[in-house]
Amino acid sequence: MGFWTTFYALSFYTATLILVLGLAYKIYQYAKTPAPLKVPTMPAPLTTGGVVVRVLMEVVLFQSLFRSNKWIWLFAMLFHAALWVVLLRHLRYFIEPVWFWVVLVQPFGKYGSFVMLFGLLGLLVRRLFVERIRYISSPSDYLMLILLLVIGGSGVMVSFVTHTDIVHFKAFMLGVMYFDWQPIPTDSILLVHLTAVILLMIIFPFSKLLHAPGVFFSPSRNQVDNAREKRHVAPWAIKQFESPPPVVD
Amino acid sequence: MAAKANFETPAFRPYPVIPILKPGAMKGNGPFVAKPPMQEALGFPGELIDNWHDVAIEKMGELLKKYRSLRVYLDACVKCGACTDKCHYMIGTFDPKNMPVARQDLLRQVYRRYFTLAGKWFPKLVGAKDLTREVLDDWYNYFHQCSQCRRCSVFCPYGIDTADISMAAREILDSVGKGQKYCNEIIAKVYKIGNNLGLPEPALRDTLEGLEEDIKDETGVDVRLPVDEEGAEVLVITPSADFFAEPHIDGLIGYAKVFHQAGISWTLSSSASEAANFSMFIGSYENMRRVALRIREAAINLKVKRIIFGECGHAWRVAYSFLNTLVGPFDFLDQRYPIPQHICEFTYDLIQKGALKLDKSANDHRRVTFHDSCNVARASRMGDMPGGQFIIPREVIKASCNHFYDMPADTIHDQTYCCGGGGGLLTDDLMELRVKGALPRMEALKHVVDNYGVTHMAAICAICKTQFAKVLPYYGFEMDQIISVHQLVSDAIVLSVDEI
Ligand code: HEM
Ligand code: HEM
Ligand code: SF4
Ligand code: SF4
Repeated sequence: MGFWTTFYALSFYTATLILVLGLAYKIYQYAKTPAPLKVPTMPAPLTTGGVVVRVLMEVVLFQSLFRSNKWIWLFAMLFHAALWVVLLRHLRYFIEPVWFWVVLVQPFGKYGSFVMLFGLLGLLVRRLFVERIRYISSPSDYLMLILLLVIGGSGVMVSFVTHTDIVHFKAFMLGVMYFDWQPIPTDSILLVHLTAVILLMIIFPFSKLLHAPGVFFSPSRNQVDNAREKRHVAPWAIKQFESPPPVVD
Repeated sequence: MAAKANFETPAFRPYPVIPILKPGAMKGNGPFVAKPPMQEALGFPGELIDNWHDVAIEKMGELLKKYRSLRVYLDACVKCGACTDKCHYMIGTFDPKNMPVARQDLLRQVYRRYFTLAGKWFPKLVGAKDLTREVLDDWYNYFHQCSQCRRCSVFCPYGIDTADISMAAREILDSVGKGQKYCNEIIAKVYKIGNNLGLPEPALRDTLEGLEEDIKDETGVDVRLPVDEEGAEVLVITPSADFFAEPHIDGLIGYAKVFHQAGISWTLSSSASEAANFSMFIGSYENMRRVALRIREAAINLKVKRIIFGECGHAWRVAYSFLNTLVGPFDFLDQRYPIPQHICEFTYDLIQKGALKLDKSANDHRRVTFHDSCNVARASRMGDMPGGQFIIPREVIKASCNHFYDMPADTIHDQTYCCGGGGGLLTDDLMELRVKGALPRMEALKHVVDNYGVTHMAAICAICKTQFAKVLPYYGFEMDQIISVHQLVSDAIVLSVDEI
């Protein structure tokens, strides 16, 4: 086994561990922390079903963002929608035989990459040139976009320019997954792509990318509006104030 | 009044442009700091303690464990910028730290530094900062330039609520001894006397008797304003401004007439003579609960069957969203009615049933618009469907007058702009902020004044009413153009003479 094969195989294990454990910890932390008060942004749904619809509208269509700012919404939508299609297309490196619908997604994923890059560039341009957004940006906010541009750009290069041997690469990927390592194709652009992806996986649970799990846990969006009908109390509040419980005469 | 101001009232904008930032425009020392006795009455240190740094960080850690909202909001922001032009204080002052995300960042930078790996290892990269005295002062200043109106949360893709974050920040500030005078003095007064204004029971009785006489003189009918009447059907909890200030008082008279017509007995309580619960503004669950407990006790002592809240915005938030949580369950009340109920819901139901006779023409000298108060619009509800809080007050107004016009769609309902004085900022030491923050609402009002000849703006919040009475003149309006919704009802209602 060559150095690069060992290096990337080990990096993938490490990055996957960090990503999975990191996200699991954050999700556990969000789930475990109580929301002691009813604070949905009103008007809010009156039923759990309604809340599911509300959260899905936020996750899939970015409903609030749409009301808020059409430009950001447009670029965000292009980027995220294309991202999902690209990721679905990627499934073919990890499964054998490739599922039928993943085959269908292939051309969309392939050209979706340009949409993704366009969306990212739009977001970057806004961040650089809209005074208010520049004011609130830290270096990490630019670097995150640049990292994603590097991933997307190198992916496009591999796909459209260098034409890396995908069969060869898939053997490596499956080998990593089933602990039966195979040599990695040492095409430099591909290695740039993989390095950047590994970096993204490691950063994910420590960065603002936590917006992805966060959106499901946001009390202002995921609470049912039923404060009058149903008493909602956090365990810590009961412990602090209501043991013993209040007596009503 | 406007001439005396040492700041400039913002000019109306010909069309809404996004302001160019003026960093530091509202930098300052913030509102007056609470005096030690007030602080101590609320269970906080009297003045800034020596080890404030450690205590503040510890408090932040505690809040992060208690409130999922805080944890998720501090993690999730992607700095997309969608909220940056949504805050009325940003629009009125151009200070970039009044952009909701920048306001959050004042807390977030410290969160990142002490509670996240990225901030511990690469502070510069992720904009993390040590908690220095300068940062603490910025907290005090800018978290008292947020009226906790939740407008930004409507527009954020994750619903990040700057109001929640500023409540947490104020709680941290209180815990190190740097509380705000206005809020904390008021809460201390509620504990001592029973209401925000420090109006003692005899004075309250006098006032109410005076009002009964006024109504009698004006209408010839004996309309009662009872206090501490055991066994009444309904306990009415209303902001104490209703007892003495214009235009609030005309709203109170309106409630009394509605009860009179409905033939439902009611009472005020001298021990819970205040709907407001300023403890929400300082984020203190403990104090919020203590203030709310008076209402539960009054209801039990007076053996009432229902609780109805008067026109008060944040009080309605606490009542609708938190009362059951804080001091419920209310199993001793009549379960057939919402617990608690809003006076507008009550009046609306009576109108629906045809139980009130309203002569709309009595208000023909008025052309009315309605200001949605933020805490009613974005933090609570009325009626049995989402958005009832927008419909019901408007229906009550429309049933009471012939000329009603809404302000532009992006300034009402859940997009409503704050009056500029909510969230514990209704104090003279923040006058500049209050005037500037009122700009978007004043522009919307001007629109309907110019286009439809609107003469009056009705509201259902004591803070809104007080704030508008003060700032309307700065924008060339008259202070009495702000009125209570139940003032319209009061003027339109046709009283029957037979006694209840
Ligand atoms: C549940 C899934 C997700 C939802 C609902 C979601 C939603 C959003 C929204 C509404 C924005 C704000 C608009 C914008 O600035 O683009 C945003 C920003 C962003 N998202 Fe996501 N996202 C999700 C998953 C992801 C994932 C998996 C990634 C990682 C690759 C990602 C990367 C980003 C980045 C980098 C930004 C900031 C863009 C900027 O700098 O302006 N998102 N996301
Ligand atoms: C373990 C993770 C990943 C692996 C092994 C991987 C591998 C690859 C490979 C081999 C290609 C070339 C495809 C071809 O030539 O047909 C590619 C393309 C691409 N990758 Fe990735 N990638 C990964 C993750 C990502 C992520 C997270 C993103 C986006 C943020 C991304 C974005 C792209 C894009 C936009 C292309 C070009 C379009 C396409 O051919 O699909 N990749 N990737
Ligand atoms: S809650 Fe209101 S006042 Fe506070 S930042 Fe948001 S929009 Fe501004
Ligand atoms: S809208 Fe929400 S996510 Fe976007 S910058 Fe503002 S607070 Fe952050």
